[in-house]
Amino acid sequence: MDWYPLLNSLRIAGISTIIIFFVGIFAAYYLARLPRAIKGILDVILTMPLVLPPTVVGYLLLRLLGPKRVIGAFFVEVLGVKLTMTWYSAIFATTVIIFPLMYRTARGAFESFDSTLAYSGQTLGLSNTYIFWRVRMPYCKQGIIAGTVLAFARALGEYGATNMIAGYTPGKTATISTTVYQLWKGNDDATAIKWVLVNVAISAIVLLAVNMLESRESAKRRV
Amino acid sequence: MLYVDIEKTLGKFRLKVQFEAADEALALLGASGCGKSMTLKCIAGVEKPDKGLIVLDGKVLFDSEKHINLPPQKRKTGYLFQQYALFPNMTVAQNIACGIRNKMNKADRQKIVSEMIERTHLSGLEDKKPAQLSGGQQQRAALARILVNEPDILMLDEPFSALDSYLKFQLEQEIRDTIKEFGKTVLIVSHNRDEVYRLANTIAIMNNGHIETVGSVHEIFDDPLTANGAVLTGCKNVAACERKGPDNIYVPNWDLELKIPEDAGEVKAIGLRMHSLHIGEGENVFTYDVVEEIENPFSFTIMIRNEKNPLSVPIGIELSKEEWYNSRAAKLRVYVAPEDILLLKD
Repeated sequence: MDWYPLLNSLRIAGISTIIIFFVGIFAAYYLARLPRAIKGILDVILTMPLVLPPTVVGYLLLRLLGPKRVIGAFFVEVLGVKLTMTWYSAIFATTVIIFPLMYRTARGAFESFDSTLAYSGQTLGLSNTYIFWRVRMPYCKQGIIAGTVLAFARALGEYGATNMIAGYTPGKTATISTTVYQLWKGNDDATAIKWVLVNVAISAIVLLAVNMLESRESAKRRV
Repeated sequence: MLYVDIEKTLGKFRLKVQFEAADEALALLGASGCGKSMTLKCIAGVEKPDKGLIVLDGKVLFDSEKHINLPPQKRKTGYLFQQYALFPNMTVAQNIACGIRNKMNKADRQKIVSEMIERTHLSGLEDKKPAQLSGGQQQRAALARILVNEPDILMLDEPFSALDSYLKFQLEQEIRDTIKEFGKTVLIVSHNRDEVYRLANTIAIMNNGHIETVGSVHEIFDDPLTANGAVLTGCKNVAACERKGPDNIYVPNWDLELKIPEDAGEVKAIGLRMHSLHIGEGENVFTYDVVEEIENPFSFTIMIRNEKNPLSVPIGIELSKEEWYNSRAAKLRVYVAPEDILLLKD
């Protein structure tokens, strides 16, 4: 069995989760301080990928990053980098798709934060950066970890948008989900089922981890 | 020395306060939601007033005209929050170390922290998390963190509201000592008249976003001036009145005509403290019906009303147990001396 799809899937999911960890937290933190009207509009836009069909996201991304479109053409002509149909193209798709998961959970965690903790830190002379990393983040840790794990799980299973922007090239852009589809199409049930099992196993581990985090959090609240 | 003159509108609520505090303990006494905590937050810099001026020991913290708005980090205000706001992820020692402003090496920090832990009776709890401490210990830890911070002002927001009553007494003594040693301006926010009476030198009565009356503790308790002030200083019987003559008023709620000192100015309402009414004969005497008898640990609260009008509003009086046992059977009269009546301007 060629393990490339597993490696590629983990690589794509890993990188996009790291990106979205920072971007999602950053967006959640700064959006909370915006005026209500702007916050409402941005919230709709930022949560949109969660409810849009992945193919629509893929289509929109192609319109932006395709070699003949504005951004895509710029990268090809100026930097000589192709943004579509490469393994890293899938990262664009998955980051957009998993962004709302991270953003939403981080926002929920930040909203539960007791702001007098930040106030007391400020009056003591602690910098806002210190307060963010040493007080706010530890306070919201469980929620943020849960969001990260969920985002990673979703990234691993991304199919629609990835298929459109990265395609399926064995040994190059193939991921687990695109491989399963191709194997099924080629009537290779025996290999397909192996990949299905691999995928189920990974998903089970991830969800188990999320549940454990949540039960630990509720246990902590009961104290 | 603190000078505050600020305005802030929040929806329908309008905060407009102006006061000055010397190097003394000044209490902001008011019902919840009257803007006491908001005032502290504006001084600390975690809320921004719409306009005004805040000066602490000659240092301008906020001046809307000159566009000065120091960040809270630079104001050096020691703010003891109602729920203490200790960082839950850090130990007691780490929390206290957070309060040290000056850069120094680890050994020096540890020395300061352990000295403060000793001073605030927290020895043995250095490595505990705030959630593992009792309410009183949490307050001590929060205070320790503030004291190592060497603030220019102490601001105590309802310092005892989160404590059990048996702990309150001891911690109140500790806070009183802290205030004495501190020697600079201390602001205390409270709705509890007993705390305020024991801890403060000066009281500012707050009502619905503004300060009604400022005075020494004795002035305010002897002559609260407003109905709100009378209620906040613990007067249970407050009612509107009509002026009948130079030394004479009528209270419709109680259906009572009462004599007041002749030199009284404008009087719109009066207050009768529960212990100002006595059983016996004297001025302003009337026969009463008992409406309700409430037994307290060491006294009785008796709700009475003017006998001649069964529809009048009851008046509460407080008597020692002995006094009440001696007079409950006989139908007696109750009186109040004119000089004991609180004369209120609104």
